[in-house]
Parts: sequence; structure tokens; C-alpha cells
Amino acid sequence: MTAYLIRRFLQAVAVVFGVTVIVFIIIHELPGGPARGLLGPEASTYQVHQFIVQNGYNQPLIVQYGRFINQLVHGNLGYSYHYNETVVALLEQNLPKSAVLVGLAYLVALIIAIPLGIMQAVRRNSVTDYVATGASFVAYSMPTFWLGILLILGFSIGWRLLPPEAPQGATVAAVLSDPQAMILPVATLALVSIAAFSRFMRSSAIETLVQDYIRTARAMGLPERTILARYLLRNSLLPIITLIGLSLPATISGAVITESVFNYPGMGLLFYTAATSHDFPVLLGSTVVIATATVLGSLLADVLYAVVDPRVRYT
Amino acid sequence: MTERKGNEGGVGMILAGEPTPEVPVPGQGPSGGDVAAGGSAWGMILAVFARNRLALVGVGIVIFMILFSFLGPVFYHTNQVQTQVTEINLPPSSAHPLGTDEVGYDVLGRLMLSGQSSLIVGISAAVLASVVGTLWGAVAGYVGGVVDAVMMRVVDSVLAIPPLIFILLLASVFKVSTPVLILVVALVAWLAPARLVRGEAISLRTREYVQAARGMGGRHAWIVLRHITPNAIGTIVVQTTFEVANAILLLAALSYLGLGPAPPATNWGSMLSDGLNYIYEGKWWLIYPAGIAIVLTVVAFNFIGDALRAALEVRLQER
Repeated sequence: MTAYLIRRFLQAVAVVFGVTVIVFIIIHELPGGPARGLLGPEASTYQVHQFIVQNGYNQPLIVQYGRFINQLVHGNLGYSYHYNETVVALLEQNLPKSAVLVGLAYLVALIIAIPLGIMQAVRRNSVTDYVATGASFVAYSMPTFWLGILLILGFSIGWRLLPPEAPQGATVAAVLSDPQAMILPVATLALVSIAAFSRFMRSSAIETLVQDYIRTARAMGLPERTILARYLLRNSLLPIITLIGLSLPATISGAVITESVFNYPGMGLLFYTAATSHDFPVLLGSTVVIATATVLGSLLADVLYAVVDPRVRYT
Repeated sequence: MTERKGNEGGVGMILAGEPTPEVPVPGQGPSGGDVAAGGSAWGMILAVFARNRLALVGVGIVIFMILFSFLGPVFYHTNQVQTQVTEINLPPSSAHPLGTDEVGYDVLGRLMLSGQSSLIVGISAAVLASVVGTLWGAVAGYVGGVVDAVMMRVVDSVLAIPPLIFILLLASVFKVSTPVLILVVALVAWLAPARLVRGEAISLRTREYVQAARGMGGRHAWIVLRHITPNAIGTIVVQTTFEVANAILLLAALSYLGLGPAPPATNWGSMLSDGLNYIYEGKWWLIYPAGIAIVLTVVAFNFIGDALRAALEVRLQER
């Protein structure tokens, strides 16, 4: 078990380094790199050259990369060209808000999807099952922004129940102080996750239901509810743990779109603005942070899986 | 998100390649569908596929979309190049069955043109991603050792960056055009096939026929191409189907963010995002046709992929 954990941790470190290399190469080496991207096509060659020398882009790549890693390790993620703040400050403002959005969405998705999946498994091939399956497929196949717009059309324009724009605010407290406005963004992000989670929960529960120990429990006279709650739930949850860890990147992607649709002031919007305004330090810093979070998430999922499932520990 | 998206993420036992029960593979659609038994391998797969009504519906929809997009303009001529400023935002009428959009193009004709672009980009990106990913995974799984570790760490590194973030990053340095779009979508889509095929390759390389081929002097490259890849074809085809669905969704998302191809080129996502400007004015014909087209096509591919996966699992169990 310890050997497995150490190996996984080393892999995670290697992956994070790999991410920094990839991001660094993209931004520094590809055509339209930092100088041209920021100064624009109108800038003169002299200005571009000045920019390059001033910011140290003319040094060998290895030296630049070394400097970049050195800065990273010291917690300096760069200085935004656009916002006139350090990248760390920008991330401090926006990352918690995105984390709140994604966290709430996951929470809602799990609370709904797990019982839904179990219910579908218990009543498989019934009308309820088919309806839920159909709804899952449709929700899973919609572009996120389309879903968001439909929700806005329905709940903000059609029935004037909920505000169409997400809460604006600099801090998490400000964002959470307007729960009505949070409903639609969280719902958009959660609906797609619900579709995926409930399907996997369903398959996992179906497989658990045919196990021998369930039959034994029934034969021994345990009421169905107890069986569901004590045996089925725990044993079906295992793939979900891995799924949560693995779907973190996809959820962050979804969050970018959702934040853009609802104008939610989080990481996604920050990243999108930086991408369109060629704000490379922000892009670099955010990507490294997001990727590290993703790697940590999947590492956590693996560790949790090993903790929860004793069968894994001896491999 | 919608996938939305292989045995990713370095989970040790899953990478060993055993067909574990319902391993979550984000990026593949939700699973479901029925299971049958009996018959030869391919015949069985076709039988399961044919009996699965959802799969048949899916195939029907895909064929309809392809005919609609590519044959439609042959029968229904509209001007999709010159704008008609006198006819902007007209509601549906006998002259324009789905109305006109904000620069005067006929919406129905535009839907067909967009379909061509969306389908071409989606399918090409998925096929490209599958080919590259398969080769990468097959080589990594077959060779093993340090090469495998390094190749898979590269896959992990790119996997750790959320797809949209990666694409936004690339879009900020590349100018966007259709070939670039295909390349960029393929760049995020090749990872899942790579992981899956690697798992298959690891389990396949210990088979007797591979050892026999080595014993007879077969070169490694030949073994990878001739033995490993064809036996993993089931997984590859399933994954490719899901990748097409994801690619179409990703393209729509990119167009929404303004990174799609420039007019008069168009795709369903662009139509949708342009139409969304008029959401408060009730011009439904600018919004719903494109959206429904996307959802139908993606659902269809998800149905097909799901049925193929169910058919494949049956075959695995029969081994």
C-alpha cells in the first residue's frame, strides 16, 4: 500500500512537471508568442525586440524554463499584463469562487445522482428507468451553454423566478450572499454531472445487486431497505470515487462555459479573458494551478479508492 | 463535463488491462443497453447492435443528418455567401421555412451548411485522434518499461489540463481556421484512446500468438500493426464513436466562445451563439434549430457508442 502511494505520488509530481513543460513550450515557442501576441501585429520590429530583451525572452529556452520553475517554486506566478496585479493575487480572488461553484455543483450532482442511480438499478427496465435513461442521455448530449441558455429562457424570461446573471462579487461571501442567483449556474453545471454519475451508479448498483452476499442477506430475511442502505450503497460507490477524481478536468471545462454564460466572476472567466487578450502570465499561472489541482484530485481519488477498498491494497 | 470524455488517471489496477466491471471512463457516454448471447464474434455484435432499438435510432439519425447536410443543398438552393440586409431576422414563412438570420441568410440552408462543417470537423478530429492515440497507446503498452512510463506521463500531463483550458491556450497563440480546429480538437481527444489501447496492448502482448510471432522472427512494428491493433479494434471503435460526439460538442463550445471559423463559414455552434444575441426578443428560429441539431446528432452518436460498448462487453465475457 505504501509502495503504491509513493509510486502514485511520484507519478503525480512527474505529471505536474510535464504540465509546466507543455504550457511553457506552447506559450514561448509557437508562432504568435508573447511579444507579438501582446504588442499586436502593428508593433514595430524594434518594439518587439525591446520587449523580448526586457522580459528575458531572448535567453536560451532552458534558462527561461529554469527561471520559470524557480519562480514557481517560490510562489511567484508572474505579473499580469492586463490587470496590473500579480497572478497570485488574481488567483486568490477568483479561484475560491470557482471552487465554490464547482463544489456546489458536485455536491448537488452527487446528492441527486446516487439515489437516482440506485433507484434505476432496483427498478431496471421499467418505465421509470427508461425515462431517466432518456433524460440522462439528452442532458449529457447538450452543450453546456445551450443548457444554461435554456434554463435562463425558462426560469428567468419565461417564468420570472430566478435572476439570469450569477452573483457578482469580489469575495466568496459576496457570492454566497445571493443564493437565488447561484441556483441556475449550479444547476447547469450539475445537470450534466448528474447524467453521467447516475448512469455509472446504475451500472455499478446493478452489478452489486447480483452478488452473492446480497442474495444471502435477502435469504436471511433482512428488509430490502436495510440491504439497499447498508450493502448496496457502499459497494456501489467505489467506481464513483474514481469517476469524481477523473471528471475534475471536464467539470472545470464546463465551469469555463457556465461562468461565461452566467457572467460568474471566477477562474473560467479570468482564463477566457486572458486568452482573448493574450495575457500570457495569467494563462501560464492559471493553467499550472488548474493542472496541479486536477492531478491532486485524481491522486486523492486513487488514495481514497485504496483506503475504501481493501482488495486494492495488496496489488 | 459532457463526457464529457478511457482508463485515465493512473489508477493502477485498471491500467493492468483487465476488463474491470464498468470502469468509469469520462469522455464516454453513459452506459446502458441490453446484453445478448450466442453466435460468432462479429455476428453477435451485429445482432446485439441490430436489436438495440436505441442504436438503430442513433444510426438513423446520423444517416439523416449526413443526408440533410450534404444532399440537402443539392435540392434546396439558397445563397449562403452574399448577405441580404433587407431580409434580416425574418420569421419562418413560405419563402424561408426556418426564417432568416441576422445578415439575411436562410436559416434552413445555413443549417445544412453548418451540418457539413460540424460533421466533417467532428468526424475528422475523432478519427485523427483515434489513429494517433491508438498508435501511441499500442506502442507504449507493447514496449513497456521506461518508454511506456514516459509516454504515459506525457498523456497524463496533457490530461491534467482541462480540455477547454488547453484549447483556449492554443487558440491564444494560433490563428483559428478549419484545419487548425480539427487539429486542436484532436489534440485533446487522442488521450482516451491512448490510455485504452495501452491497457489492451498490455493484456494482448502476453498472448500466445504474439509470442509465436516473435518466435517466428516477426518485427515489433509488424506485431503492433498486425496483431495488437486489430484485436483492440472493438475498444477503438467504441471510443471513436464517443469522440465524435465530444468533438461536435467541443466545437459548439468553441464557437460559442468566439473561437470558431469566421463567416461565411459556419457550424451549428456558431449559429447557436449568434442566435443567442436575440434570446430576449423571442426569435426562436435563430436558436432552436441549431441547438436541436446538435443535441440530436450527439445523442445519436452516444446511442451508437453505447450499443457498441454493450456488444463488446458481451464478446469479452464470452472469451
